[in-house]
Amino acid sequence: MASNLNKNGQDIERLKEYWRKNITYVGILLFIWFISSYGAGILFADSLNEIRIGGFKLGFWFAQQGSMYIFVGIIFVYVWLMSKLDKEYDVDEK
Amino acid sequence: MSILIWTYIIVGLTFALYIGIAIWSRAGSTKEFYVAGGGVSPLANGMATAADWMSAASFISMAGIIAAIGYDGSVYLMGWTGGYVLLALLLAPYLRKFGKFTVPDFVGERYYSQTARLVAVFCALFVSFTYVAGQMRGVGVVFSRFLEVQIEWGVVIGMCIVFFYAVLGGMKGITYTQVAQYCVLIFAYMVPAIFISLQMTDSLFPQLGFGAKVAGTDLYLLDKLDGLHKELGFAAYTDGAKSMIDVFAITVALMVGTAGLPHVIVRFFTVPRVKDARISAGYALIFIAILYTTAPAIAAFARTNMIESVSGKKISEMPSWVQNWEKTKLITIEDKNGDGIVQFYNEKSKDAAFLASAEAKGWKGNELTVDRDIMVLANPEIAQLPNWVIALVAAGGLAAALSTAAGLLLVISTSIAHDLFKKIVMPDISEKGELVAARVAAAVAVVIAGYFGINPPGFVAEVVAFAFGLAAASFFPAIVLGIFYKRLNREGAIAGMVIGLLFTIGYIYYFKFAIPKEENIAANWLFGISPEGIGTIGMIVNVVVALVVSSLTPPHRKRYRTL
Repeated sequence: MASNLNKNGQDIERLKEYWRKNITYVGILLFIWFISSYGAGILFADSLNEIRIGGFKLGFWFAQQGSMYIFVGIIFVYVWLMSKLDKEYDVDEK
Repeated sequence: MSILIWTYIIVGLTFALYIGIAIWSRAGSTKEFYVAGGGVSPLANGMATAADWMSAASFISMAGIIAAIGYDGSVYLMGWTGGYVLLALLLAPYLRKFGKFTVPDFVGERYYSQTARLVAVFCALFVSFTYVAGQMRGVGVVFSRFLEVQIEWGVVIGMCIVFFYAVLGGMKGITYTQVAQYCVLIFAYMVPAIFISLQMTDSLFPQLGFGAKVAGTDLYLLDKLDGLHKELGFAAYTDGAKSMIDVFAITVALMVGTAGLPHVIVRFFTVPRVKDARISAGYALIFIAILYTTAPAIAAFARTNMIESVSGKKISEMPSWVQNWEKTKLITIEDKNGDGIVQFYNEKSKDAAFLASAEAKGWKGNELTVDRDIMVLANPEIAQLPNWVIALVAAGGLAAALSTAAGLLLVISTSIAHDLFKKIVMPDISEKGELVAARVAAAVAVVIAGYFGINPPGFVAEVVAFAFGLAAASFFPAIVLGIFYKRLNREGAIAGMVIGLLFTIGYIYYFKFAIPKEENIAANWLFGISPEGIGTIGMIVNVVVALVVSSLTPPHRKRYRTL
């Protein structure tokens, strides 16, 4: 079965698949990153400012607080997704 | 006890701690000197990264700038934290996997070229020196106010401390010192912020207090601030005055610059595994976000407090913090119309009706000038907190400035000893020789940094913003394309870095130094983008040049290691 192996004995096709999944995760997470900061905090800030949560106008809140909470979340989701992927494709370092 | 005695005690104790750690963790080999032996835990690395990267600008200047410009200050908040997402998702794990010590090392190997390595060394030195200049000015400001010594002596004391632990301990010493410095700086930042939040809004968390009602009233703090701003002829606090495209460009430049800063990237080489590099970027951002979500709250509190306690009040009855800071000339009051009352307003307001009403009241121009750098430092005094808190803030500011300065000095010394000497000039230098070279380079760099501290090239955060722009225009595309685009070759990468950097330096130089200050305005800027945001265009220029040149030149022969 082992057709295409690299010098570490890993299947090249499977590694490509691993890389593709990695890129997909990164793409989706960067999209969220863009929407929460550049989108909500800058491009659409004026219209979001019409909405209020407590003393905050929403666009202003995203620009000065909200985007940062989301950034932290994005990184940990990525950490979690990648360690799952590493195990699935058996490339994690012991 | 007086502020001065408290400051000597607290600053003295923290310095003793840093020196103790440096002696305990001194480096014996080049690997320990450059990457702390590669065995730092992700949590410790996260703290060290946070301290490394939160500089005098973050600690001292940022809240003051936000206070002065309101919504526009968001560029620093989103820009300086959003870059971590790029670091964690696009750079750190892959660079760690590649397994080289430094950024020029990665660039040199990936683009199989000594020239590329040399260009990267030059970029690293340029960015680091620009950045270190800002730190040293920060050290000077803190010392001149709190230890009541001349700025020159303050800088010299700071240099001696950094010299001691950077030269002796290398990365290993710096890492553990930075962990201690993070604890000092975050404690120092949070204590006054929590006190002030409780005083002004009854909320324990500044992050929430900022959006809460002013204690004892039914008015939200931010609405009150918007109102005060309008009364005084400023743009509304929550709207800001910059154009959308400029806010966008500055945010991009700061984000991408953060991800390209060599002293931050090198930290991800100090952890044992790729997985740890990912996690430690996450920890770093949590530790950073604690300070960064507090800063806009401090800004809003301080701005409200300042306007209320000074504006329209009698000069003879100024609170003591104003008098203290007047001594350092960082606050100036000039009674232009001789009525004995401070008029603080936006004399450059574009609202003609407002200016007419100001004139009708007999106002002859704004009478109060506050240096934005003092906001955080003056905060505890403004809120009348006990003297030990004021001393603690001084120690925190020093921790922030010194930890960043040390990280930068290490990049400078590594670039010279490892990337220039070992890899280009003298390949057969012994490990011992390389270690000596690294220490000598660090020592020389300390002296140059000190010179900049005594003759500061400008405003702290402004200078630092330039370093980010330059990092964005040089490293970031070369590294990211190097990881994700296999076809990029040596010629493309070098051309991109050189042209991106030259473009950005040229633009900044032109608007900041070559032409009169009055002409540095939006109407003259390219696409309406200020010099602070031009790194974004520099980065795009870099990418375009790199791709075009790569497609016109033959692909590289040998396959580099796949990640």
